[in-house]
Amino acid sequence: MTSLHPTNAQRSEGAAAAPLAIELVGINKHFGPVHANRDIHLAIKRGTVHGIVGENGAGKSTLMSILYGFYTADSGEIRVNGTPATITDSRHALALGIGMVHQHFMLVDNFSVLENVVLGAEDSAFLAPTLNKARTQLKALARDYGLEVDPDAIIENLSVGQQQRVEILKALYRGAETLILDEPTGVLTPDEADHLFRILGKLREEGKTIILITHKLREIMAITDEVSVMRQGAMVKTLTTKDTSPGELAELMVGRRVLLRVEKGPASPGKVLLDVQDLVVTDDFKVPRVKGVSFQVRAGEIVGIAGVAGNGQSELLESIAGMRDQLLGTILLNGEVLSLEGDDGAARARAAGLAHVPEDRLRMGLVTTFSEWENSILGYQHAYGSGPGLDIAKARETAEEYIKKFDIRPPNLDLKTANFSGGNQQKIVLAREMERNPDVLIVGQPTRGVDIGAIEFIHNQIIKMRDAGKAILLVSVELDEIRSLADRILVIFDGKIVGEADPATSDETELGLLMTGSHADDVGTVSEPGTLAPHETPVQQTLTQMSPQDNSGKDPN
Amino acid sequence: MESYLVDITLILDSTVRLAVPLILACLAGLYSERAGIVDIGLEGKLLAGAFAAAAMAAVSGSAWLGLLAGIGAALLFSGIHGLASINFKGNQTISGVALNFLAAGLTTFLGQSWFKRGGYTPQLAGDQRFNPITLPFANELREVPILGQIYYELISGHNIITYFAFIAVPVTAWVLFRTRFGLRLRAVGENPKAIDTAGISVTRLRYQALIITAVLVGIGGAYLSIAQSAGFNNNMSAGRGYIALAALIFAKWRPGPALLVCLMFGFLDAVQFRIQGQVFPIIGEVPVQAIQALPYILTVILLAGFIGRAVAPKASGIPYTKER
Repeated sequence: MTSLHPTNAQRSEGAAAAPLAIELVGINKHFGPVHANRDIHLAIKRGTVHGIVGENGAGKSTLMSILYGFYTADSGEIRVNGTPATITDSRHALALGIGMVHQHFMLVDNFSVLENVVLGAEDSAFLAPTLNKARTQLKALARDYGLEVDPDAIIENLSVGQQQRVEILKALYRGAETLILDEPTGVLTPDEADHLFRILGKLREEGKTIILITHKLREIMAITDEVSVMRQGAMVKTLTTKDTSPGELAELMVGRRVLLRVEKGPASPGKVLLDVQDLVVTDDFKVPRVKGVSFQVRAGEIVGIAGVAGNGQSELLESIAGMRDQLLGTILLNGEVLSLEGDDGAARARAAGLAHVPEDRLRMGLVTTFSEWENSILGYQHAYGSGPGLDIAKARETAEEYIKKFDIRPPNLDLKTANFSGGNQQKIVLAREMERNPDVLIVGQPTRGVDIGAIEFIHNQIIKMRDAGKAILLVSVELDEIRSLADRILVIFDGKIVGEADPATSDETELGLLMTGSHADDVGTVSEPGTLAPHETPVQQTLTQMSPQDNSGKDPN
Repeated sequence: MESYLVDITLILDSTVRLAVPLILACLAGLYSERAGIVDIGLEGKLLAGAFAAAAMAAVSGSAWLGLLAGIGAALLFSGIHGLASINFKGNQTISGVALNFLAAGLTTFLGQSWFKRGGYTPQLAGDQRFNPITLPFANELREVPILGQIYYELISGHNIITYFAFIAVPVTAWVLFRTRFGLRLRAVGENPKAIDTAGISVTRLRYQALIITAVLVGIGGAYLSIAQSAGFNNNMSAGRGYIALAALIFAKWRPGPALLVCLMFGFLDAVQFRIQGQVFPIIGEVPVQAIQALPYILTVILLAGFIGRAVAPKASGIPYTKER
């Protein structure tokens, strides 16, 4: 998460003279009416890490799919090591030494690591010789690049980080010289991401070329030598990383100035609107996840719940929203006891003035096969028409209004929700929940998988709600987000609130220690800062060590 | 004591004979479903194979030509299934059910118009059928108690398709888990995208699987009409294609267990024939229909929860489309 490789500067100087590994000349690609790539020119030097940034839908993935032969360009030329190449399927790309690690892994879940690695690259009709050869080769690759994975492990038993290593191994086993990584850290824990970047560093040292697609500017600044920015299908600019800044990149990506910081005035908390008392909630397997949590949220304030993912935040949110029955405890909304038992708890919570933006918009927030206008009234459909009938005209009016207010793009209320970008899907959910004028708004992961431009908008909407005197409960795994939005931070660890912090005065280290269940005084018992690897801060080390999602126990490393 | 042994041997012997079409259809379904294509049309392919085999054997006088015709008919049906569900990305189950209707109608219609015997094909005899093969020393060893008897009754004296079916099981296991083709076949049924990104054609692999399916189920159909019986009659597959699919689920899509489950169904069928008309204490004579329903009732009960979690190949039933 912090500085990863101090030698970036040296590297790009050495790389400046390097020949080109990949050159794209005038690439165009249409999907129906959508012009996904417009006249793209891109040169990637051998032995460098080249970042490609852009918002969702900017055409990054399409461009890389063309390079990998998953799609064929409508026009344009691809040159590999200076020679024009025709890449019509992935086999050609692999033969030219281009490997790809997809955002969603292309692994067979119930196969072993070894079987996945050799799939499609078998030497003969019988498997045994290939498997033996691959086993030896995997050992060598593990030694050279720190890519340790048990070759006989079954994929579905591996952590996400290890699965990603298998994807990288697949590419290297096929002799890839150029490796394309599509949003590689989106699914990783900080520790796993760190490990990945160490591997990428080693690959670069060995002379491999790496193309890194991401929208996380921090990663770009940390590891790349050069960075290309894409916007709306076009290549905007290619810059040398050390000569640019996150601010400049963000501006190029969005096409206007972006505030990476949230601007907000001081809060003026009023009366208590949400009062949670001694809440105990279990998960689907009857294991207690929330263990006696009490807190209050007042009108006109944002309370942030910070914690490492998996410490009960999700269950807490779902329980307050009426989606999950609570075992014990009371929830008071505006002074009235809120009864949430039963299957219609969520509906009653809504009726009582509590709006909920769920953590996972695709699973809980939207029906993605519905059109935009249908999703705009979901949960509030009773307000449209009486009896079994639905007042479609009125619903469409509402949707039209939300589209304008929240700048939902494309402004097409008949479009299937699945076809909106992540940011716009989130805006559909936010508009639906915020525009009902609730007293209390609970928001989970408001900007997960959302573009920079949309993040700014969403943050401002949340602040606006606060300033309008609403009580807001915010849960996010992004500590930065909590610190910049919340007026008060409650830290949750192992299902309990272990501390409260003031975002203005507390620093990341202090919060991090609270999030792992230790206090500033007893740091020494958890970790000795002096013993840590130099690239990690003490906080990260503790966080990843303690994180319930961490699978390092299975990791031979 | 002796008579019990004979009884058991006879029941086991008919178990084997009744299990053969199930084994072949089940292995056929295994190839197809492992490649990601649900083949509810097995029933129709079995029926079409049975009809074509009997018709050809009757006309040509050769069981082997009949067998080829049976395979050919199943290939034709698999081709239609492939076209609908692989190329045109239609629903695999619906196109499979359509094949079943087509087979039921077409066999009756063609049978009547060709042979004019109410859907039956002419009785087959001699070389028009696959006859039992006596294995070496069977007659000599017959007198040896127990082992010799088992060899004579149970192992020897079956037709060639029976032996083929039993050999096909280990061969399938080997192909599936020890060869390149098997690896790819399993992969395409689990995650066709992994196959596509590895530069292998999903369409081609799935067609290859369907061809193997057709060959196996075609042989199974031929067994019904020109090995087990001496001619085709209406709807002679009698739901065996469906039972084979159920067996596939019990077996969790693995060849070894598939053999055992098919034998178990064969055994139930054999017992069912055996206990018809027998008088039981207290219950009295059990109606034939109730006994005949036994294998199906068991299927429902077992499927409803006695086999644990059966996880189908993940991409099974989903036509593959490249996505953005």
